[in-house]
Amino acid sequence: MAFVTTSRTRSQRYDAVVVGSGAAGGMSAYALALAGAKVLMIEAGRNYDAVAEVPMFQSFADAPLRGVSTPEKPGGFFHANIGGWVLPGEPYQVQRRPDQQWTEGAVDNRMTTTQNFMWWRARMLGGRTNHWGRVSLRMGPQDFKSRSHDGLGFDWPISYDDVASYYDRVDKLIGLFGSVEGIENLPDSDHFQPPPPPRAYEEILQRAGPRVGLRVIPSRLAVLTRPLNGRAACFYATPCSRGCSIRATFQSPTVLIPPALASGNLDILTDAMVREVTLDAQGRANGVHFIDKHTGAEEHVNARTVILGASACETARILLNSRSVRHPQGLGNGSGHLGRWLTDSTGSSMSGRIPAMENLPPTNDDGVSIMHTFAPWTPERQREAARAGVPRGYYMAWGGGRTMPGMGTASQILPLTGNAYGRRLKEEMRRYYGSFIGISARGEMIPNERSFCELDPIRRDRWGIPVLRFHFERGEEEHRQVAHMQRSFAELIEAAGGIPDHQPITDGSRAVTAGGSVNHEIGVTRMSAREEEGVTDSWGRLWDCPNVAVADGGVFTSHPWKNPTLTILALAWRTCDRLMEDARRQDLNTPA
Amino acid sequence: MADTFFQPLTRREAIQRILAAIAVVPLLDATTLGQDSTPPGIGWDPNLLSKEIPWPRLLNDQEKQTVAAIADLIIPADEHGPAASAVGVPDFVDEWVSAPYEASRSDLARLRRALPVLDEAAIGLAGRGFADSPAEVQQQLMDVMANPGGNEILHRLFSDLRRLVAGGYYTTPAGWTAIGYSGNRALAAFPPPSADVRRHLGLD
Repeated sequence: MAFVTTSRTRSQRYDAVVVGSGAAGGMSAYALALAGAKVLMIEAGRNYDAVAEVPMFQSFADAPLRGVSTPEKPGGFFHANIGGWVLPGEPYQVQRRPDQQWTEGAVDNRMTTTQNFMWWRARMLGGRTNHWGRVSLRMGPQDFKSRSHDGLGFDWPISYDDVASYYDRVDKLIGLFGSVEGIENLPDSDHFQPPPPPRAYEEILQRAGPRVGLRVIPSRLAVLTRPLNGRAACFYATPCSRGCSIRATFQSPTVLIPPALASGNLDILTDAMVREVTLDAQGRANGVHFIDKHTGAEEHVNARTVILGASACETARILLNSRSVRHPQGLGNGSGHLGRWLTDSTGSSMSGRIPAMENLPPTNDDGVSIMHTFAPWTPERQREAARAGVPRGYYMAWGGGRTMPGMGTASQILPLTGNAYGRRLKEEMRRYYGSFIGISARGEMIPNERSFCELDPIRRDRWGIPVLRFHFERGEEEHRQVAHMQRSFAELIEAAGGIPDHQPITDGSRAVTAGGSVNHEIGVTRMSAREEEGVTDSWGRLWDCPNVAVADGGVFTSHPWKNPTLTILALAWRTCDRLMEDARRQDLNTPA
Repeated sequence: MADTFFQPLTRREAIQRILAAIAVVPLLDATTLGQDSTPPGIGWDPNLLSKEIPWPRLLNDQEKQTVAAIADLIIPADEHGPAASAVGVPDFVDEWVSAPYEASRSDLARLRRALPVLDEAAIGLAGRGFADSPAEVQQQLMDVMANPGGNEILHRLFSDLRRLVAGGYYTTPAGWTAIGYSGNRALAAFPPPSADVRRHLGLD
């Protein structure tokens, strides 16, 4: 089995069809194929060679326009993504903040946009795992039971203990570095590889942090610092965001898909856009309708089980479009929860410069290209923040030092140089290069009634499939949290002897990232303990059609400050184990 | 020497008079710059291993020569590295201002408004355009351009080109050496900060 065309999928009946090839789809295909199921993976984008296509070691002078962001390549030319905030022929609708009018989502800046929501989509084998941030933090016991803890948001129908063994399995499979710290609600792993040492500016932050109540510890990133399963360790050069041809970072096409293919049980169909899940006369799913993007023809593939891992909102869209007499509001929507409880991590940032770092002796700050240290949320921080009306936390991360110069390097330094030119300008560039830091935070968002996606009543994409439109608002808790971030950024920069580039913004609504712009949009097919409270059961199976499962971030019942990918991988594996057990029991209609 | 014509005036007064006399070309909308339709951009799925510029270059020879002369005044050769033109920066400026994106179009429009002003000033001083003027005239005009309180159009040209030239230069391997970037090389292990760095930062 291997990469196939629709001429093959028409004649097959698979044990499972997996929609999507990223963290959710890749993990599902891996778990099912290695367990012996015959699987078809359908990816809306093209095949992507995650080894041969990667621009390792290229300078920005090797890219058009020195690699800057363009509407077609919003992460910059070298960014390992096909897609972004807009996709040709695949619109989505958002509301303009000033007049609440519906408009098509556009390329925009997450901090200055007037759109209420931004939707990042990848159209390539491996999806967003090709360029994700690699931050791999386990959710903790409180994260699964946050309502019980403080009365806000919702409890998951599962606990940390239900997922812990899957976190262990994921850690061993994908490889990550970190350190055992024993921080409450931030579970350690038994499988951490050694973290790289802090860079110079990170040592400064490590010393400054405790002076302002921050604990600074080694990062937890899915980057190998030791070889693993035939993959090389990081060689501390070239940014992870370009992809990694030595396979030192976790990407679905280098870690999950090859062994799944090698099992002989996986077929992969790329350039195929799934429109809906189809049902048989008994109401059980029997496959999916999709569009072959090469021919434009509508096709169907038969499968005993359907696993949706298309990314949370794309999965919700497929289910909303799976309407029938039995499911007039969409499959999985018997409770009315499909598309609701949309969340995205909060984000905010501040830059600064540290004069002590001017004219630093030559040093190589490349490292793993992402921060080697970070400041997690701790119980001590929570107690302090609660007094400021901030119920939920965030972590702080940073970038800085002597990274590979891009167009932004000069733009950042030039305002400090007066109007120097000639030899004096060159001296000033050497003086200030590497003396800047940028601090960002990613925080928890509490799900609210005002944030959801639904089908647009009119608009369709180029294949005639109804598109999504988004409603999105942050809550007051998030605004207070972001104001707290801003104060903390300034405190940390100043404690490091630095000069913040702006005063802390006290109105959090003006300093928070736009919804969706952190690329952590989840929650729209949430799992629940009771059928009337959610879309899936505690295993990710649709309450009203249990041979359809959601493997992506749609199932999240809360949205903690931890990046979702690691948990998506763990839950997808858990879901697939359950589906295999269901298949063995032949009792797909009887949720536990 | 053409500047004898200005002898009764100081050089500064002469430049001011010249600039005051130059009729300012209105800032053109990019769509009037000889483009019938939008050329292709980078594309949604470009080959990341090959640098292909799908849009035509728009600067003419004279404009390119002037940009090159200014670029080498902004980034001259010194002990840390070559001049901007030695590593292709003028061609990068052409690539940039010719691109079919909003920021590039406004950069091009301002460049085309300012270069004739600069050349007229140079002709007034030296009898020829900026690129062909003697070094001391170029130097004097650069000082005028660098002065934020002077001619607005020329200062904006200076700021725009300083941004593009410095950006273009320091993104090349020669620029890496000139600025002190020593990464982009495979390492068996990532070292902690060196003793020199620790001493500089007072980390010990």
